[in-house]
Amino acid sequence: MLRSLLPRGASLKPLLSIENLGCERDGRLLFGGLTLCLAAGECLELKGPNGSGKSTLLRAVAGLYPDYTGTIEAAQSLYFGHRPGVSAVLTAEENLRWYAALCSGSGAAADALARVGMAGYERVACQHMSAGQQRRVALARLVVCEAPLWLLDEPLTALDASGQALVRALIADQLHRGGAVVCATHQSLEVSGARVLELGVREPAAQAAPG
Amino acid sequence: MKGPVGVFLGQLRRELVAALRSLQEVLNPLVFLFLAITLFALGVGVEPETLGRYAPGIIWVLVLLSNLLALEGLFRRDYDDGTLEQMVLLGRPGFLPVLAKVTAQWLFSGLAMTVLAPLAALLLFLPGEVLGITMLTLLVGSPALTLLGAVGAALTVGLKRGGVLLALLILPLYVPTLIFGAGAVTLAMAGVDVTAQVYWLMAVSMLALTVAPFAVQAALRISLEQS
Repeated sequence: MLRSLLPRGASLKPLLSIENLGCERDGRLLFGGLTLCLAAGECLELKGPNGSGKSTLLRAVAGLYPDYTGTIEAAQSLYFGHRPGVSAVLTAEENLRWYAALCSGSGAAADALARVGMAGYERVACQHMSAGQQRRVALARLVVCEAPLWLLDEPLTALDASGQALVRALIADQLHRGGAVVCATHQSLEVSGARVLELGVREPAAQAAPG
Repeated sequence: MKGPVGVFLGQLRRELVAALRSLQEVLNPLVFLFLAITLFALGVGVEPETLGRYAPGIIWVLVLLSNLLALEGLFRRDYDDGTLEQMVLLGRPGFLPVLAKVTAQWLFSGLAMTVLAPLAALLLFLPGEVLGITMLTLLVGSPALTLLGAVGAALTVGLKRGGVLLALLILPLYVPTLIFGAGAVTLAMAGVDVTAQVYWLMAVSMLALTVAPFAVQAALRISLEQS
């Protein structure tokens, strides 16, 4: 039955399957009855106004938010949240070496930094970098650590045009490799074939009387 | 290096580099320890007889408090910049990076205080013949202080002002270490054999070593889930 929900050509085992997910925060229903399936090579864009539960959904999938109903089955994931996950006192290379050790990743720190356009900054302490440069260092961990499922929360924040193009290229690579991406964003991702999930869509008809 | 050893060493290396970059934060608790010892010398009076008698208790209590001071910042910065959630999410097995962090913390607090104990002993007129036993008890007792304290630090990291709560949570857990540690030195001053006390200190540290890393891991998850 689950299989029929998958699009054509997808592998049998979905990388993310969410069933009847409901989430309440501070007595307010963020979303309910959410069911979706994400197979290899698929990208899901989360849209919705501020406070509609995009971050909460991503944190729930990552395993950082337990207060939900329903079931989440996710493959091993990489979470890219609001806080960049870059230590300010360490250099860019030290940060990535730590990531490589932590997730037993195969990628070399220097290559990953070159990939995100930060070659030449290996030995610069991250506290001397701009917000956008720190985000780029954070993005490099997507290159160093490999995981079938990426959970990106506003990855375009603080990035310039080339940085945003970089995020799109990284996502395209991940999809090409057979990974899946869930990405919350306010801007358009411009990833071809991406599905869109709109959160926080209220039914105004229930409240506003016609006429 | 790959695998569990690589996870541990990678984390340990990161902690050591970060500590050396922010040396002031590492030194502050040690400076506090010696400032407080000086205050005791000034407040109690500098008669070697009186001060020497209370020296074991003073040293041990101040070591506990300095440890608490050091522990407050154990997870704080990582929590703020988001590396803590990555450590919890990516580290496999999850207790290993925790253990590496606690190890680094101990090197700069427990071990450093043990090494500096002769200076404290000098300031407090601790009889020279029990200096060895003082350092031994600090060496085998302080791992328990760091390990147990890390649990409290993990539980309070999400709170804006967790310092006092940390002390209230953790100081009761320090009581066995304090009793055996200060007791051993006091008994040694009276010429009693203190092998049993040293074994007890080791036992408390070993117990903490087997339980605390997992407790810290769980506590960190709870703290991160609240944010």
